[in-house]
Amino acid sequence: MFIGIDLGSRTVKVAAMRDGRLVDHQIVESGFDPQRQALEMLRRYEPVRVVATGYGRHLAQHQFAQEVITEIKAHALGARHHFPECRTIIDIGGQDSKVIALDANGRVSSFQMNDKCAAGTGRFLEIMAATLGYKLAEFGPAALASTAEVNINSMCTVFAESEVISLKNRGIPASDIARAVHRSVINRLAVMLNRLGHGDTIAFTGGVAKNPGIVAMLQEQLDQHVRLLTPALPDIVGALGAAIHAGRS
Amino acid sequence: MTTPFAIKAYPEMWEGLDMDVARFDKARQMLGTAYEKMYLSQSNRPQAMAYFDDLMAEIFGRRIEELLAVKKEGRPVVGTFCVYIPEEIVVAAGGVCVGLCGGSPGSIPDAEKILPRNICPMVKSAYGFKAGKICPYFQAVDFVYGETTCDAKKKTWELLDRLVPTYVMEIPQMKKGRDKTLWLEEIGDFKAKVEEVCGTTVTADNLAKAIVVINDKRRALQRLTKVRGSNPAPISGKDALLIEQMAFYDEPVRFARQLNELCDELEERVRSTTGVMPASAPRIMVSGTPMALPNWKVHNLVETAGAVIVNEESCIGTRYFKDLIDESRTNLDQQLEALTDRYMQIDCSCFTPNNERVDQVLKEYRASNAQGILHYSLQFCHTYNIEEIKIREACEKEGIPYLSIETDYSPEDVGQLQTRIEAFLEQIRG
Ligand code: SF4
Ligand code: SF4
Repeated sequence: MFIGIDLGSRTVKVAAMRDGRLVDHQIVESGFDPQRQALEMLRRYEPVRVVATGYGRHLAQHQFAQEVITEIKAHALGARHHFPECRTIIDIGGQDSKVIALDANGRVSSFQMNDKCAAGTGRFLEIMAATLGYKLAEFGPAALASTAEVNINSMCTVFAESEVISLKNRGIPASDIARAVHRSVINRLAVMLNRLGHGDTIAFTGGVAKNPGIVAMLQEQLDQHVRLLTPALPDIVGALGAAIHAGRS
Repeated sequence: MTTPFAIKAYPEMWEGLDMDVARFDKARQMLGTAYEKMYLSQSNRPQAMAYFDDLMAEIFGRRIEELLAVKKEGRPVVGTFCVYIPEEIVVAAGGVCVGLCGGSPGSIPDAEKILPRNICPMVKSAYGFKAGKICPYFQAVDFVYGETTCDAKKKTWELLDRLVPTYVMEIPQMKKGRDKTLWLEEIGDFKAKVEEVCGTTVTADNLAKAIVVINDKRRALQRLTKVRGSNPAPISGKDALLIEQMAFYDEPVRFARQLNELCDELEERVRSTTGVMPASAPRIMVSGTPMALPNWKVHNLVETAGAVIVNEESCIGTRYFKDLIDESRTNLDQQLEALTDRYMQIDCSCFTPNNERVDQVLKEYRASNAQGILHYSLQFCHTYNIEEIKIREACEKEGIPYLSIETDYSPEDVGQLQTRIEAFLEQIRG
């Protein structure tokens, strides 16, 4: 069995592969001790090889992983597993967002990542949902329920939060503000996409790909012929890529 | 190393320099710890690095004593912030030049008490060292000679002048004939100021000697750069960067001699294909804004990830030493003209247009046998940040793997940078 483990900022993800097929996966909150959490999650397998990725990858290598690869490479491998023709990947996780360009063979040719701050990430959406009183699962649908053109200008989470509060105080409906929050994430993404250029098939991975608001509004923003594809389990694509790498090396 | 490394403390001397000794002593200890962790832990280091380790251990001690001895003889110590200030003139007049660029996050809070936050960390760090009285070099200089390169610097000089006498050289923004005329006049003013403080005259004779001294220093640095082009790399990028940083502090004749000794050893290593890292380690060239002591952030990340840095296209790097002054001139006017010609070749992004730099980057990329270029821009450095676009385009055109990072001195983005750098190395390794 080949195991990929993605030690992210918010969750630990595991993908287990046998004969080139995903046979098991887990997603668990990182908690205070992600290393212990990870070991716990690995207990049920008899791995041939473990490859780690994500922020905690180097710590993992000291303890239980044979090799590490970056999230960038892991997502490239994982996304191509689902969509062999894709040349562009959008990944929005808890703490960062990135756009990855691949060459015809699926190798990373360049990439863009968000700067230091959390703006445009899953964390940003979570904070804004909480400020507006939505559960995370309701947030995307709420945005889609609105057609209003309200704008949030600040890219900084802290300032954006105060903008949201002042919009609320002005009596703007919560769903309109939800739409504005989603729009701001997409605008930020569009900057990265434009800088890098993109192909006709874009894979969308990471936890935020489960947000129907982001998916639909992003598709709207793209040219008609561009296909935005979301895999079945978007949050484990990094772990899946690590497992694929484990099988190859 | 048998005894743990420490940067030596000279509290009495620091007291005499009106420093905040208690605070500075903490910074000294932290720097020593960082140096031990980042430098002394490296394997296969060349033996002749011992001199530079010692220079580091004495950076706040013996070297300062030397500067104070110079001052006692009535010779001035001049602080500078830019490779456009011609140190040859200071040396000719009998003075000493030291670079004061700040590379530490520790002094930034001192600067931010006054300066805006959104300016280059190098300027803030340097200003903070003076404001907080936590840099013995700054305390030792008789005066500072700044320049009008970027906005952050030229406006900071006005404030720095309140703390230490600060003169400003006008550096043109373009390189036309009239710009050269202007700059030659500025050199005249600079010479006059230095002569006034030194109580000596710059003559054809002492200037000729000074030109050779500084040329020799630059030649030794060129030799170091050349030998780094071999694979496996005979010296780490971190060590080479340290040497380039120390070129701005150490006594130039001794520095050149020691560096040449190191180069002898490195050339021997090349003959026996001995490297600091295996020949398979990805070779990275850095290009962009200067990394002032003790800014080792990016080099440390890159080399910890198993790659080696083989060139710094930067002012603390090749831009400082790639050009020499013609030594054949014998009268003062001709010498000053030759000096001007040499200085006008510096391809800093503060000039427009500055297309020579793009060519220079490509040239150094090839000469260093690098496999990728990492462009390094300090946050809020507009000129380098914007010029980065042209470097990126040139790399795309040439098919050179390229990564651009913009960062400051704070440790908070280290995790993110590490991911980006490792992904870049994965890209190069294929
Ligand atoms: S980057 Fe430009 S302004 Fe800065 S030291 Fe170099 S030449 Fe001077
Ligand atoms: S790095 Fe840029 S902003 Fe900073 S001092 Fe040099 S030229 Fe000015």
